[in-house]
Amino acid sequence: MNPVWTLLPPLLVIPFIIGFGEAKRNLREGAILVAGTVLFIMNVVIWRATLAGELQASGEIAILSQFSLKLVVEPMGVVFGLLASFLWVVTTVYSIGYMRGHNEQNQTRFYTCFAIAIAAVMAAAYAGNLLTLFVAYEVITISTFPLVTHAGHDAAVRAGKVYIGILMSTSIGLFLPAMIWVATTTGTLDFSEGGILSDAGLSRFSLAVLLGLFVFGIGKAAVMPLHRWLPAAMVAPTPVSALLHAVAVVKTGVFSLLKIVTYIFGVDTIAASGAAEWLLPFTAFTVIVASIVAFTKDNLKARLAYSTISQLSYIVMAALLATTMSVSGGVMHIVMHAFGKITLFFCAGAILVGAHKDSVSQMDGLGRRMPLTMAAFFIGALGIIGLPPTGGTWSKLLIAGGSLDTGTWIWISVLMLSTLLNIAYLLPIPLRAFFKPVPEHEAHDEHGDAPAACRYAIAVTASVTVLLFFFPGPLTDLVSLIPWR
Amino acid sequence: MDQLPALQVMLPLVMAPLVVIVRHPKWSWALATITSFLACWVSWLLLQQVMDGSVIRYAIGGWEAPTGIEFYIDRANAGVALLVSGLSSLVLVYAYHSIQRTVDKSKHYLFYAGWLLCLTGLIGMVITGDAFNVFVFLEISSLSTYMLIAFGSDRRALVASYRYLVLGSVGASFILIGIGFLYAATGTLNMVDLAVRIPDSESPRAVLVAFSFLTVGLMIKAAVFPLHGWLLNAYHHAPIAVTAFLAGTATKVSLYILMRMFFSIFGDDYSFGLMLLNWVLLPAAIASFLIMSLVAIYQTDLRRMLAYSSVAQIGYILAGISLATQQGLTAAVVHMFNHGMVKATLFMSVGCILYRVGNTHIPSLDRLMSRMPFTVVAFIIAGLGLVGVPLTVGFVSKFTLISALLEQGWWPAAVMILVSSVMATAYIGRVIYLMLFREARGSTVTSHGYREVPILMLVPMYVLLALGLYFGIFGSQTLSLAEGAASTLLGGYQ
Repeated sequence: MNPVWTLLPPLLVIPFIIGFGEAKRNLREGAILVAGTVLFIMNVVIWRATLAGELQASGEIAILSQFSLKLVVEPMGVVFGLLASFLWVVTTVYSIGYMRGHNEQNQTRFYTCFAIAIAAVMAAAYAGNLLTLFVAYEVITISTFPLVTHAGHDAAVRAGKVYIGILMSTSIGLFLPAMIWVATTTGTLDFSEGGILSDAGLSRFSLAVLLGLFVFGIGKAAVMPLHRWLPAAMVAPTPVSALLHAVAVVKTGVFSLLKIVTYIFGVDTIAASGAAEWLLPFTAFTVIVASIVAFTKDNLKARLAYSTISQLSYIVMAALLATTMSVSGGVMHIVMHAFGKITLFFCAGAILVGAHKDSVSQMDGLGRRMPLTMAAFFIGALGIIGLPPTGGTWSKLLIAGGSLDTGTWIWISVLMLSTLLNIAYLLPIPLRAFFKPVPEHEAHDEHGDAPAACRYAIAVTASVTVLLFFFPGPLTDLVSLIPWR
Repeated sequence: MDQLPALQVMLPLVMAPLVVIVRHPKWSWALATITSFLACWVSWLLLQQVMDGSVIRYAIGGWEAPTGIEFYIDRANAGVALLVSGLSSLVLVYAYHSIQRTVDKSKHYLFYAGWLLCLTGLIGMVITGDAFNVFVFLEISSLSTYMLIAFGSDRRALVASYRYLVLGSVGASFILIGIGFLYAATGTLNMVDLAVRIPDSESPRAVLVAFSFLTVGLMIKAAVFPLHGWLLNAYHHAPIAVTAFLAGTATKVSLYILMRMFFSIFGDDYSFGLMLLNWVLLPAAIASFLIMSLVAIYQTDLRRMLAYSSVAQIGYILAGISLATQQGLTAAVVHMFNHGMVKATLFMSVGCILYRVGNTHIPSLDRLMSRMPFTVVAFIIAGLGLVGVPLTVGFVSKFTLISALLEQGWWPAAVMILVSSVMATAYIGRVIYLMLFREARGSTVTSHGYREVPILMLVPMYVLLALGLYFGIFGSQTLSLAEGAASTLLGGYQ
């Protein structure tokens, strides 16, 4: 199937979103669900065709004389496309419950920008060359800006400033020149097997600088010190944080890096030249420090945000270790972390809507009121930590195994230390909720669990987190198709 | 069809006195607009004829060159003529309402007559093949520009106009002196003939003097840093329609002449090989976009901020020229078009703001989005184009320019361009931020709602915006035109 079709459902639904508007909100959200389902089915079709070994590519639009926009399907993109389209449907179900339960304003604008961002994510997933990826990356930044500032109050606007400031200036200041550098050295920007830089004759130093430009230029990967936008973006409504800042936006960042490492540099080029050596300490630092910062945060969403930063650097590290095992682990971690983290965010939103609580210290005894939510939170937390029976186990295992291939024990010990920290900052939350007594002054509050739509969504993502442990087959099959060299 | 080159210049030139005779404010506007559209159509036809690389040489009055004056149209200048006449047409449509606000009704006919003369001069400069004729048309356009600027709504416009008059005259005299020396050294004024005779000239020193005078004179007219002093006040205080027109065209035409001179007349070996011009142009370019972008961040008036940004953008074009390579010139030419479109759109939207809000003081623009959504959306999209966000024209030019620099290994210059892009993000972002969100420190003008501007102002603005987006997505079209222009310029006259 021509991957360009995947852009259509999210774009075509926009007139319906605006047309139905607030007045017919059931129809509006029904339209989004239909579009989301169609999009997911399309991605499934692409997935089947990829397994069958078909070449699926779109036409080209020449925005520059030598370089054009085009979409080409490859296994990594299929993983990301499937993930994002599936979670779009789930998140829409969830936002119906959340946005109504929370009486958010301007919901039509919210859903419109959301749809644009999803279309751009599809373009990023199936980008056939670096230029397309860059364009999609920028569209995602701009279209999610109104979502971050959605609430419109001063804090939201300030956060929006940080968000767009960091993401735009890194992409224009570092990502763009890196891309042009590649373009002038090799004369092409196409993603191709084994990487286009493998025989471009760049020196080790140049490769190291170029890789650095990519790692820091892709600010969405949130490697410290360019991580500030991510906690700032948490002022957005929870569904935004859930889909965009646990899946679409941040995963576009690491996905881009994985794709660049595999198809622009080529894993062998990086491994052989050692170009990534100076960057690995940055990711290790981010993994550890973000976990420690998460530990100190009492606000639930802020804690999850720092946890995301730490987990993203796992994937960046996996990409930079540049062994086939670690990069496969990185690709799988995109999925595993997405399901785990989106469950946690959904739970955080459900707690906010259902119990009007947003801090870890207020969680005491909450498990009795919202058993399903807190149980799902527990599963999501296990997924992030990487304990059985959740899918996170496999990806973490692969990354750790891949790091041993490089012959040092430093990176694996970083990963293990961070796992301990994960346990320390995530598990106390469900434990508190289930085992601590309800505080005196709250004993008479009568509130139930979250809205039904929210609970369905949480149930789905939590069960997928578990299912991926028992049935990782479809995912590993796809990952094994990635052409390494 | 053969007479098209003459028609291109004669049309606005003849219509200008006619507008004066008509005198009626509305009719003079209609006449000027129709004329401009016709001129645009003529440039379009001319561009079609030369697209394949052919050259039109039109001898005026049947007097063949090198004795007579000729119009010389090829791929390098047909596009520029189209840019000038096209922008003039769109901005004239836009000017109808905006000029009613700033210019007294009894003087409308003078304004539109001046506009047509300015158009004549600019197009004439572009398509003429005679060095002295360049000066003549330059004076026509300059004198009418002084007049147009002086029509500005407050009295500072007079000072701005006077300053431009002084500096513009200095520039024009330099150009005249340069042409005089060239004539003395070679005995010809025809540009094709000059290109042939300059290498064999018996007085190389006179050629050198001519070269220097012409370079400096044209750099003044093109507002290259640090010779940009006239531009800021002129753009700030002129009627906004004039600013939109000039920002898109006037400096671009001077830059075109500069390129024609460096590459076609003197030849690239002389200008860049012998005269080491890149060591003059590149520092000027870098200083221009770095300093001017930085200054733009601190401006409190939107028009002034955009004026500084214009000087910065001229720096980008100059950086492309200073490379003296095929790719560098392509970048310069394509940025001429792209920036022309973007800056005209920006000034048009600023004009809409001026029309309703009454001033362009940046702090008074808070929350403008809720009052004038169409204007603000146009400003935002054009602003993103200025920054160089993908899918806008700005991205096409920035990508081409940076890859041209990297191709030559001039990566420090490329880094500077990126730094200045980030600054552009800051100064445009600051305004967008204000327009979208409330100013934290107590907002001033929230009580009364502004209405959107008349449709006649919105339509040309959106047409230009749509063109900008179209060429941002299908950038290979403008790029192929620019590549043709660049190879024509580098190839010299056949």
